[in-house]
Amino acid sequence: MNSIIEIKDLNLYYGEFQALRNISLEIPEKAITAFIGPSGCGKSTLLRTLNRMNDMIPGTRVEGTVSIAGRSIYSNDVDVETLRKRVGMVFQQANPFPKSIYDNVAYGPRLHGITDRKRLDEIVEKSLRSAVLWHEVKDHLKRSALSMSGGQQQRLCIARALAVEPDILLMDESTSALDPISTLKIEELVQELKNRYTIVMVTHNMHQAARVSQQTVFFLGGEVVEYSETKQLFSNPTDKRTEDYISGRFG
Amino acid sequence: MNAKTADKIATAVIIAVAAFIVLLLIGLLGYILVRGLGHISFDFLTSAPETIRAGGGIGPQLFNSLFLLVLTMLITIPLGLGAGIYMSEYAPVNRVTAFIRLVVEVLSSFPSIVVGLFGLLIFVNLFEFGFSLFSGALALTVFNLPLMVRITEQGLRSVPQAQKEASLALGLTKWKTITSVMLPIAIPVILTGTILAAGRVFGEAAALLFTAGMSSPRLDFSDWNPLHDVSPLNPFRPAETLAVHIWKINSEGLAPDAPEIAAGASAVLILTVLLFNLVARWLGRYMYRKFTAIK
Repeated sequence: MNSIIEIKDLNLYYGEFQALRNISLEIPEKAITAFIGPSGCGKSTLLRTLNRMNDMIPGTRVEGTVSIAGRSIYSNDVDVETLRKRVGMVFQQANPFPKSIYDNVAYGPRLHGITDRKRLDEIVEKSLRSAVLWHEVKDHLKRSALSMSGGQQQRLCIARALAVEPDILLMDESTSALDPISTLKIEELVQELKNRYTIVMVTHNMHQAARVSQQTVFFLGGEVVEYSETKQLFSNPTDKRTEDYISGRFG
Repeated sequence: MNAKTADKIATAVIIAVAAFIVLLLIGLLGYILVRGLGHISFDFLTSAPETIRAGGGIGPQLFNSLFLLVLTMLITIPLGLGAGIYMSEYAPVNRVTAFIRLVVEVLSSFPSIVVGLFGLLIFVNLFEFGFSLFSGALALTVFNLPLMVRITEQGLRSVPQAQKEASLALGLTKWKTITSVMLPIAIPVILTGTILAAGRVFGEAAALLFTAGMSSPRLDFSDWNPLHDVSPLNPFRPAETLAVHIWKINSEGLAPDAPEIAAGASAVLILTVLLFNLVARWLGRYMYRKFTAIK
């Protein structure tokens, strides 16, 4: 498998605090990679370096390189907006805009310059179909996104992210606020999406990582402890700390 | 005394205080309205005031107040929005911006008579705008700007961080995120605040005594060319507003019906401010529903 994301000797500091230590990883294309580990282990921080959302936090300093498709994303000539178009993100809490379902999905493409009504309609339908939401909402696209259930809202957020046609989709504990049935739906959806997108997901839920992902990275204290194929990591971990974590001895 | 009795006493005291405030308000409003409502007629609202005879109206003053309000808002809103957006979204957290914030706070608690004197010295004399609507509008801007900045800042800060992040994560620039996600969400708050600020401007007298002046030249309500001296729309003419008029006839009115005119004008003032408040609430709710597509 080709790797699309390459992280080399990455160190990240929030002011004095070092949140990530010497991280080197290669994340393969069109597959699901899961980041697991206890709270505060740096998994979300690493995820947010991939679309430079950490830039918003004052006092953040990044050392080392992160390359996506061969281009270093922290070099000066990189346009953050273009990067974020290619690297979509779905957050922990569903965060639809207080607009209609249609406008939520059309928001990205519209502001990136697509004004043709027919073209927008196509994008909205395609994105909602990809997020397996089309059949539930096609008759009331004008309804407020806030009137949907939590699971639907999260799938809408996925559709909204897909509408700007990213290559990579980052999911930051995107099912942790959902009930088991909605979670299952999103897991199935993610399985579908991996044929077309590279997916990196942070999860608190080890069973989810085991069910869904092909590769798993285990983080502890800002470091990568173990990175291997998911089956391998869960059935036969090489590091004692991984074994302790996945067998529920801490975390 | 056990906890339950204490709880009951506290509840009773709080209800009593609330009732006292409501009664005070009703009493005040009632007094002004009962005294003034009888005097309000179409003629009163449209005719010019009389100096020594009875039967004068408040037409020009009412017009002046509304026109001054529009002028003030034309200056205040762009400045306030700009500064508010800067303070909430762009300003780094450091001593300079902390100082700006302090200045805004101090400015908003300035006594309005001081703002009026400042206006007299700077706008009327130094810049030679004279006693004019324009000087008045600038003085009221000084008075109103801090409020406008704070309203905008609060409005934008009330937008959930998650919404902002969602937009940025789609590859939208900060400015597009502000204009297409944050401002629409914040607009009900900003709009409501703006109209309330407008109500404050409408009732302001002290800041205008030395800036917009205490007299109104003869106006020709058929001449709408802003460049003509007698045109009501000329922003460089002196203009006595309703609130100033109330103060003036109360303190030096010669007309035999001066107390009635003051009472009538007060009632008009109160009703207008009340109207502003109601419109602000209604518009805020309407905008919220419109932007959020909630039926």
